Amino acid sequence: MEFRRKDLLGIADLEPEEIRLILDTAASFKEISTRPIKKVPTLRGKTVVTMFYEPSTRTRMSFEIAAKRLSADTLNLTVAASSAVKGETLADTAHNLEAMAPDVLIIRHPTSGAPHYLAQRLKCGVINAGDGLHEHPTQALLDLLTVQEAKGTLSGLKVAIIGDIAHSRVARSNIYGFTKMGSQVTVAGPGTMLPPYLESLGATVTTSLLEAVSNADVIMMLRLQLERMGQMFLSTLREYSQFFGLAPRHLQLAKEDVIIMHPGPLNRGVEISPEVADGPHSLILEQVTNGVAVRMAVLYFLIGGEKG
Amino acid sequence: MSLLIKGGLVVDPSQRLEELRDLLVDKGKIVAVEPPGQIPDEGRQIISAPGLVVAPGLIDMHAHLREPGEEYKETIASGTQAALQGGFTGVAAMPNTKPVNDTAAVTRLILNQAKEAGKARVYPVGAVSVGSKGEALSEYGDLKAAGAVALTDDGHPVSSSMLMRRAMEYARTFDLPIISHCEDLELRADGVMHEGRISLQLGLKGIPGAAEEVMVYRDLTLAALTGARLHIAHVSTGGSVAIIRLAKAMGLPVTAESAPHYFSLTDAAVLGYDTNAKVNPPLRTDMDLASIKEALRDGTLDAIACDHAPHSSLEKEVEFTAAAFGLIGLETSLGLTLKLVHGGDLTLMQAIAALSTNPARILGVEGGALAVGAAADLTLIDLHREWTVDASAFASRSRNCPFHGWPLKGKAVMTIVGGKVVWEE
Repeated sequence: MEFRRKDLLGIADLEPEEIRLILDTAASFKEISTRPIKKVPTLRGKTVVTMFYEPSTRTRMSFEIAAKRLSADTLNLTVAASSAVKGETLADTAHNLEAMAPDVLIIRHPTSGAPHYLAQRLKCGVINAGDGLHEHPTQALLDLLTVQEAKGTLSGLKVAIIGDIAHSRVARSNIYGFTKMGSQVTVAGPGTMLPPYLESLGATVTTSLLEAVSNADVIMMLRLQLERMGQMFLSTLREYSQFFGLAPRHLQLAKEDVIIMHPGPLNRGVEISPEVADGPHSLILEQVTNGVAVRMAVLYFLIGGEKG
Repeated sequence: MSLLIKGGLVVDPSQRLEELRDLLVDKGKIVAVEPPGQIPDEGRQIISAPGLVVAPGLIDMHAHLREPGEEYKETIASGTQAALQGGFTGVAAMPNTKPVNDTAAVTRLILNQAKEAGKARVYPVGAVSVGSKGEALSEYGDLKAAGAVALTDDGHPVSSSMLMRRAMEYARTFDLPIISHCEDLELRADGVMHEGRISLQLGLKGIPGAAEEVMVYRDLTLAALTGARLHIAHVSTGGSVAIIRLAKAMGLPVTAESAPHYFSLTDAAVLGYDTNAKVNPPLRTDMDLASIKEALRDGTLDAIACDHAPHSSLEKEVEFTAAAFGLIGLETSLGLTLKLVHGGDLTLMQAIAALSTNPARILGVEGGALAVGAAADLTLIDLHREWTVDASAFASRSRNCPFHGWPLKGKAVMTIVGGKVVWEE
């Protein structure tokens, strides 16, 4: 099996074998981050550009650290400092960047499909670091790696994803990812946050948190974006946390060795209680560690190896 | 010199005629329609039409010609040339220009530009409200006197139910139809495509069918209340079709149109984030598409109008969410409609009625008939001509066509306006 893509745009496009290859490679890259000198020369002379049109701390830093551990040169374009505020189009910005010969562009953009738009127009590789409501493939890959490490398998598991499914690219990518790897995904949230036709993505849908977490091997809580309050998606935070916040009592319904995940940043006391977030079942920080490893693997496959 | 069109299959839905006929045109009028060979050739310009359909000139009752104000997208000259090449001898020009066509002055400007261009006829449609802002009625009497044939706030639908009621009542005063773009803007919110499986997959915000259907119902019930002549524009959902069918069965004098893209494409065309498939109302599902075809067949939908909406690369060569809604259709509308004829969905007579006779009747303009004394607006169609859509060769200034590269069968080969051959292939 080889990974022969120019771009990583979404999990929906990937074959299970490709996901497996990235995860295996990421697992082997993890060791690099534990060395006294956390750097290998694999991508020496390569240039990695990140373009973030939305605020992000963890994902951008994670990509940058991943690139640096592989000895690539990195350049970060943040939207406030870029030409976007001067009215330059996304395509023009990207073509100008490409004229400086980077090897890969990592983009986060509030518009679904923006990475596809660039990928169709640019010769260099494009990595989707989150586009609108569409996909966030490296997040799903790091989640898969975390579960794989904790459970020893990705098949036959019950994965519960809870929260604002409608506005979550993390949920979409994870539904595709876990389903492709042979697990069963149940999503839960208030009816306002469960878009029609969710079943068509392969997930089981419920409005009951209790039903979703029952017998679950993995519980993934999504961040509630507080601005949804003003948009008629929910009544009060108090009621939301009562019906859709994960508390210690819920864990008794799940499998004994259930793991708790969250893509961050946390709204403590809203979608997840501090006891659960910091408790023994939580792998939230392990997810962050795995994020670096997975992104190293993705960069390696897109611009390293024999293709490079 | 008079013009004799010989040997064609004359199709005139207004008199349910579909026979081989020779047709004599003089001084801009049809002066004789006779069985082949009965009208002598001498002293006449002859157009030999065996194997061709001779139809009353096609009329597209819903087009955006962009002039005045957005001439980089289309002008009245380029848009009416596109019309001629697509077989249309007349087009209704929507009022969302810059400035909005909410006054007699803008209506006259549009008619002057059309006259100067000398191509297809242009039927200006005035705005329902001043500036299409949905606040105050525009001057319907003046608009009509200047040449407006209908009223609409297309693209900026009338949200206030009270304003729509008053508009219908006031339009009745001047016997003008109201063309309603039915869309609940709150339900549409910031949607960019049909809300369904594909929007979920692509992570794009959806516009539910209900955003159209609730307004179709509102306007039908207001038409019943006021007695106005209501025409529903660009019907896209099976739900709208069902409500209109019911209203017609109850005897309401409502008419309705759909566009070729609603019976030719579904929301799957958006896959890959193709901005040429971004249109409002959005492309819907297979089931909606089937309902639109059925409604054209059973007469629930009276007209086919393409909602020609030119946009340049500035509006379309951008991210999907940022792209403008709309696609161009004047040069593909007939070919796509004939696909329904070849596929057995519509008879040729029904297709010509939807593209000519019915739009003329709804707008109250001349044309749509081939009777003696009628204006000599004619479209000659080769039903079997196979061709490939090439957007780069369009007469339109814009290229936002999702049908580029489609093989089609059937095409206009000549358009005659007022007895003059204005375009031939």
